[in-house]
This record gives sequence, C-alpha cells and structure tokens, in this order.
Amino acid sequence: MTDQAPILVILFPLMFAFVTPLLGWWKKDLCYPWVLCGLSLSTIFSIITLKEVLNTGVIHYHLGGWDPPWGIEYVIDHLNSFILVLVASISLLVAIYSKRLVKEENPEKEAYFYTLFLLQVTGFLGIVATGDLFNLYVFLEIASLAGYALIAIGEGQAPFATFRYLVMGTIGACFYLLGVGYLYMVTGSLNMADLSQILPNLYHSKVVMVALIFFLVGVAIKMALFPLHAWLPDAYTYAPSATSALVAPLMTKVSVYVMIRIIYTVFKPYYSIEILPVNLILGWLAVIAILYGVIMALRQVDIKRMFCYILIAEIGYMVGGVGLANRLGLTGAILHIMNDALMITCLFLVAGAVVYKLGGHNINQLRDAFKKMPFSMAAFAVVGLSLIGVPPTCGFFSKWYLILGAIEAENWIFIVALLLSSAINAILFFKIVEIAYYGEASHDHNEDSNGGNTIDEAPVSILIPLGVVALAIILAGIFSGKIVSGIIQFAVPPNL
Amino acid sequence: MFDFIVGKYNYWIYIILMMIGFYAMMSKRNLIKKIIGMNIFQTAIIIFFISIAAKRGATLPILEHAHDGGEHAIEAISYINPLPHVLMLTAIVVMVATLGVALAIVLLIYKKHGTLEEDEILKKIEFQE
Repeated sequence: MTDQAPILVILFPLMFAFVTPLLGWWKKDLCYPWVLCGLSLSTIFSIITLKEVLNTGVIHYHLGGWDPPWGIEYVIDHLNSFILVLVASISLLVAIYSKRLVKEENPEKEAYFYTLFLLQVTGFLGIVATGDLFNLYVFLEIASLAGYALIAIGEGQAPFATFRYLVMGTIGACFYLLGVGYLYMVTGSLNMADLSQILPNLYHSKVVMVALIFFLVGVAIKMALFPLHAWLPDAYTYAPSATSALVAPLMTKVSVYVMIRIIYTVFKPYYSIEILPVNLILGWLAVIAILYGVIMALRQVDIKRMFCYILIAEIGYMVGGVGLANRLGLTGAILHIMNDALMITCLFLVAGAVVYKLGGHNINQLRDAFKKMPFSMAAFAVVGLSLIGVPPTCGFFSKWYLILGAIEAENWIFIVALLLSSAINAILFFKIVEIAYYGEASHDHNEDSNGGNTIDEAPVSILIPLGVVALAIILAGIFSGKIVSGIIQFAVPPNL
Repeated sequence: MFDFIVGKYNYWIYIILMMIGFYAMMSKRNLIKKIIGMNIFQTAIIIFFISIAAKRGATLPILEHAHDGGEHAIEAISYINPLPHVLMLTAIVVMVATLGVALAIVLLIYKKHGTLEEDEILKKIEFQE
C-alpha cells in the first residue's frame, strides 16, 4: 500500500469528487463528512510519502508501469513531498472550516460545491506531484476550471470578475502549453528529468529561449505576479469565504512551485543566470510587486481586498527569492511558500469568520471585534505579527533567509523592499487592531451595557481550523531551523 | 525571404490566428466576442502542435498503412509523429471544458447585470457602488 502512496494522494480527492454529487442527491448532510474523509486519507498518504522521501530519498512512481520518458512519471522529491503535505493539510482544514459557511452562502448546493472543491484540490496535488510537463498542464487546467466555477458563485460582481480571471487564466495556460510545444519540438520529450538531460546541448537555440519565456509568462499570470496581477483582487474579494480561503493561498503557491521546478529542474540553474537573465527581470518585478502590493493594501477599506493586495506583495517575496538565484535566497523562497500558505490561509479564514458573524468585509464592520470575537481576532494578531516578521512567528524566518540571500547577491533594493513591506504591514496591522480593539472608545461610556460587547464568537467548526493554522504559524517559526536542515536544504539544487 | 514565408506557412497561419484571437480577447467589448477570440487563440495552438507532427512524405503510424506492408514499421522517419495528436485530443477536451465554464459564467453575468456589453456592466457596477 505504501509504495502506491504517491498516486493515492491524488486519487482519493479525485475519486471522492465523483461520488459527492451522487451522495448529495441521496442525502445532503453526508457530503461534508465524505469530503473530510477523502481529504483526511489524502493528507495521511501525503505524510506517508513525505516520510518515505525523508527515509529513502526521491520516489519515482511510473503510472501504469510505463517507463519514463514514454509514460507519465510522478517524481516526489524533498521539494514537492513537503508541498504535497502542505496542500493536502490546508485543504483539509479549509474543508472543516467550510461547514457552516457553505450552508449560509450556497444553500442547497453543498454537493456541487464540494465536488468542485475536491476537483480543485486534485488539481493542486497533481500539479505538485507530476514529473511530466504536459500532465502538469492538464492538472493546471483542472485546478483553474474548478477555481473559476467556485469563485463565480460568489456575491456581487463575482461572475464578471471571474470572467476576467478566466480570460487571463486561459491565456496563461495557453502560453504554458506553447512552451511545452516548443520544448517538445526540439527535444521530443515531455518528461522533466529527461528534458533536463537533453536540454543543455540545446541551450544556444532560440526555440528553447522562447519556450522558457512562454513558461514564465504563463505561470506568472497564474500566480498574479505584478504586471499580470489585475485579475486577482476582484476575483478573490467577491468569492465565497470558503473558496477564497482555499484558492488564495494554494493556487498562487502552487504556481510559484511550478516556476521553481521549471527554472531549477527542467532547466539547469545556470541557464537562467548566465544565458537568459530571467532571474534579473524576476528580481525587479518582485521588488515592484512588493511595493505595489503593500501600498495598494494601505488604501483598501475592504479587508478581503486588503488581504488580496498583501497576497500580491507576498508573491513578490517568493519570486524575489527565486530571482536571487543563490542557496539562501531559494531556501527563503521555499520556506516562504510554506509560511505564506499558512499566513494567507489564516487571513482569509479570519475574513470568513468576520463575514459570517459581522455580516460583511468592510473594515468598519470590525468595530469592537476584539470583544465580540476574541479567538478569531487572537488568530488575526498572530498572523499580523507574522506578516510584520516578529521572531517567534514563521514570517520572520523566511524573511531572514531572503534578506541573507539578498546580501549575498548584493541586491540591496530587494532588502529595502522587504523592510519597507514589513513597516507598511505593521501600519496595516495596527490600523485594523485600532478599529477592532478601540473601535468605540470615544463614546463607550454611554453604550456600555448595549450588548455590543458580549462575546459572540464564530462556531467551533470555524474556530478549530483557525486555531490550528494560527498554532502552525508559531510552530513553523519555532521549528523552522529543523524544517530547513531536514527538508529544504535537500530541495535546493546542489550545485546552486 | 520568400522561402521563409512560404516554406513555413503553417507557422505563419498559427501566429496570425493566435494574434486574431488575442486581439479579440483584449479589445472586443462584448463578452461573447471575447469567448470566440479565446477559442480562436486555443485553436491556433492546436494547429501549431499538429503541424510540428507532420513530415514530408510520411504516412499514418498504423502498420496496415505502411509503405511496404509493414516490413519497415520501425523506420520512424516514414511515419508522422502521433504524440502531438494525442496531446491535442487532451487539450481539446480541456478547451471544451473551458468554453463550457465560460458560457456558464456569461449566463450568470447576464442574469445579474442584464447585458453582455463590458462597458454597460462596468457602468452598472459603478452605479451600484
């Protein structure tokens, strides 16, 4: 059973997705436990896979027994085994969290929601596990299509925002597909490991150069890197709470993973440093993305939209780390994939809890939220400190590695951007805390016994995932040394 | 120069089609026209993949269609490459699914805003805010 674990991680959500609508016709209430069951199994097998990788090294799983380069191969190494665990466990937590929210926001449609939810998770896991470029395209589209449908059922102008996302996302996926085509044209192979063997002899070719550019533009659209980010704020602001908590942290992180795979596995690291200086361009885009993201976040009065802009800035951190192209920078970027997935999940979970209890995501609705929802806001305080980069939380450590990497690469402007972003995040955080904590300080002496100050906390199904993620942010910070020395140092290419 | 254009006409067709689709997606204001542009864009990629599989004078990779009764079936040079065709079958499925989702979203938009012109939708959204 355990040697089948790499495929089972992906098969469980996929197979459970097909049964969910049937269950929904029969008995609606069964969908929720069924989804939890599927995702728990997937999480368990992803942990088994991680253990296997840590004990025995890279796993090569040949689908249907066909040998690579002809058959599809799943390659699980240190980098993706750890992201598999991250994706599976975060989607499990979001699934637990979605119980009340889906009933509230999409009544009578739980079965379809959960079907799409599982398909989306399948897409994410498949992107991470596969070692085949075309297979990755198919999973990318599975994840995107499920994502479009999930976002479109949101409130207000969600359908229109989704339509824009769909047009942009399709262009991105098509560019990725073109990149696959160009590489296939000159190498005749789709397998990543095989390609990295064949390609070095062809590095002078213009076709290979164009292929890399197509790949990067396609993936940059999917991850909303600065000039191509325009679809993100609208789409994630109007999406249902459970959807934005699933899509916002994972879609972008998985795209960053694809970028790292292409630059450092399919191509040899020196290609993007010496022959085609994409790392330089990525570094500059990252700086602009960070500054643009945090400054736009300052202007927002809608907390979900504010979190979207923070997300755009965080993408800049990771892309910047990839662009530094040294060991420390890439370690920081990979560590930040985990930390940022946790932080953004936590932010959108808090946003969902606020929407559920206080009825909207305008910043003014947070008045007195600390008294009404002490646990949710405590989780928010943890993630706020992590975004600023206060030591015991995980945000500090990835930023630390990124800054060390930037010093080594002598990229001072990136350090300035990182520090400025910390400062502006602090302003943002205290702005929200001020409203949520001292909201009615000016006239509280006459409205003291109004009932507005009684605890009115979100239900347990929301609080448990929130607490787990907040705890994970602190634990990931405390154990980040172990994570780096045990997993990430093997995930960074050895000759970097 | 002439050879460069005529000799690789398949790639020129792919580029022109792709640009037509790209133009429609970016600058047409009607959502259905955008979807049509999207489909042209995707079709261009199918043409690109199919044309990289072609070889001059080659035949289908099926033994019965081989030049000399299948004796030289291993000679890859006399067969067109079947793999891009297979990839495109998958890509066509993905594209049809994208089209389906796009049309469903357009239906939702029409129900919500009562129009499919982007300018009018934007005006209505501003008006609501």
